[in-house]
Amino acid sequence: MGASAKTVLVTGICGRLGQLVVRQLHRSHRVIGVDRRPFDRLPADVVHHEVDLRKKKIRDVFRTEKIDAVVHLGVMHDPRKSSADHHSWNVAGFAKLLGYVAEFGVKKLVMLSSANVYGPHPNNPQFLTEDAPLLGGASFSDIRDLIELDHLAQGFFWKHPEVNTVILRPVHIVGTVRNAASNFLRLPVVPTLLGFDPLVQLVHENDVVRALISAVESDVRGIFNLAGPEPIPLSRILSRLGKPTIPVPHTFAQPLLRRLWNMRLTSFPPPEMDHIRYICMVDDARARSELHFQPAHDLASTIEAVNWGRW
Amino acid sequence: MNWLCLTVRRHGLIRIGVSDLLPSGLPLETFEDVARGLTPRVRETLDAMEGRIDTFLASVMGESFEDRLSRIDLHLGAGGVDDFGLDPKWAKYGFFGAAVLYRHYFRCEVQGLENAPAGRALFIANHSGQIPIDAAMIGAAIFLEGDPPRVVRSMIEKWTQTLPFVSTFFSRMGQVVGLPENAKRLLESEEALLVFPEGVGGVSKTYDRAYQLAEFGLGFMRLAIETNTPIIPVSVVGAEEQYISIGSLPGVAKMLGLPVLPIIPQLFVPGGQLPLPVKYRIAFGTPMFFDGDPDDDDAVLEEKVWVVKTAIQQMLHDGLAKRKGIFF
Repeated sequence: MGASAKTVLVTGICGRLGQLVVRQLHRSHRVIGVDRRPFDRLPADVVHHEVDLRKKKIRDVFRTEKIDAVVHLGVMHDPRKSSADHHSWNVAGFAKLLGYVAEFGVKKLVMLSSANVYGPHPNNPQFLTEDAPLLGGASFSDIRDLIELDHLAQGFFWKHPEVNTVILRPVHIVGTVRNAASNFLRLPVVPTLLGFDPLVQLVHENDVVRALISAVESDVRGIFNLAGPEPIPLSRILSRLGKPTIPVPHTFAQPLLRRLWNMRLTSFPPPEMDHIRYICMVDDARARSELHFQPAHDLASTIEAVNWGRW
Repeated sequence: MNWLCLTVRRHGLIRIGVSDLLPSGLPLETFEDVARGLTPRVRETLDAMEGRIDTFLASVMGESFEDRLSRIDLHLGAGGVDDFGLDPKWAKYGFFGAAVLYRHYFRCEVQGLENAPAGRALFIANHSGQIPIDAAMIGAAIFLEGDPPRVVRSMIEKWTQTLPFVSTFFSRMGQVVGLPENAKRLLESEEALLVFPEGVGGVSKTYDRAYQLAEFGLGFMRLAIETNTPIIPVSVVGAEEQYISIGSLPGVAKMLGLPVLPIIPQLFVPGGQLPLPVKYRIAFGTPMFFDGDPDDDDAVLEEKVWVVKTAIQQMLHDGLAKRKGIFF
């Protein structure tokens, strides 16, 4: 460990992305993990606290360790959990964490948000910048937690100039991770909306991990979109993956998906369908210039990474 | 009674196995196989058709069309499209359709195209003719006669994005939703933009107001000043007569969710659904430069807009005075 080695507290390390971050981060920094799930193949030098973020024990961790940076990945977005559970876990947990960051003089806070907070809309500009309003919740209520966390972090950014707060908003992450977009692309036969073929941006999980780590290591602060390689029409992604598709007229698809959802036969929330209808693309010029973000994976290898995760 | 067995995959969509009901089963796997088998075959057929269409296209339009197509400066990503979704493979057919209309149906006559700059440019034109064929014809003129050939981007209505096929078609043709952010981004990467400041008010005017410009929006002027872009006034003479509108039904239009519903008598005559084969006369004026504060008072901007508007109105008058007939 060099002189620049920091003690980094990472929440949600047991998620797919959390595990990747920890495996990278522990090579040059001391990592403390917090997650209420167990971590199976934990690197030996990582301390893992299997505890709920809302519990008082977290405060003890902050009190006894000199923490230099906090990386918040512990956002729960399991669409099958009740929204009250979600809300309390996500918002109350993060608010507690922010309190400790301020109280114990942590220098850096990195929060992983998502480009989905902007939401897909017919009147979106081709590329959304960081100051675009977060309208993702207008139709899709499950994203509201994440939007609220994003706003909490923004408020914290202004209230605490002594903490370098970084909010990252990556586009759809693909790789071993599980999220609605990758699960959709991994379907054996992919339903699409007849006559709609929006441009889509994907980013490789390793590129997101790199961005997270450079956010921890550098002195930057602010909000950064992460876009990955060039945009590509959804139909091209599917044909490159060799997926058969079923085009469904949109007037018919929405009620059908709603029925399936109500019968608990699908994990895709009906309002998320707008993602295969309208664009939700971001401009990441700020991340490229200030964070020196440069995706290492090109479009071909990013698309290929969709097949990494099996479910 | 477990006659319909639903296996819910952990994070995926459903897989229905009716195996308990039918001995051999009619599971989704069969469907999957059919879909898997069908998709490549459909693609093969399409590819074969594409080859034939391309040879036909070359024989109709001649070598120069292909040559112009290859000379367009596009910034394609690894996805095969540019940042705004323009796909040359599909745009080719759009340009072909526009070129046929341009040469054989509306027999467009163009002057002053040498005025168009090679870099960033805002083409400001009068809008007329009930449906925006004028946009396609101006685009075709710049593609077929301009040097170098360019793709001009028109700013399209936001609600078109909610329509199936239409939204995809516009995107693959390189047309862009009319938002200041999009316009700025395009101009800053030295693209050419076509804007109709009259908007719907211009395209839907009734025949008694033909060739009288409707009210101009101010957005284009703000954009031109902000991005330091030359404005090229464009006049289109002929389009007003393609569909003669004698009035409109605002109440019915509102009920149907349309921006406007014109009354066009020719639609009720067999064959009148096609636009009348008028002759288009498109004139490009000399570039105009404006400076100042883009966030200036509306009154200040209005004065500058008025300069552009009078230039276009003058070009329209000249064009009308010169033309001998509507159809020839």
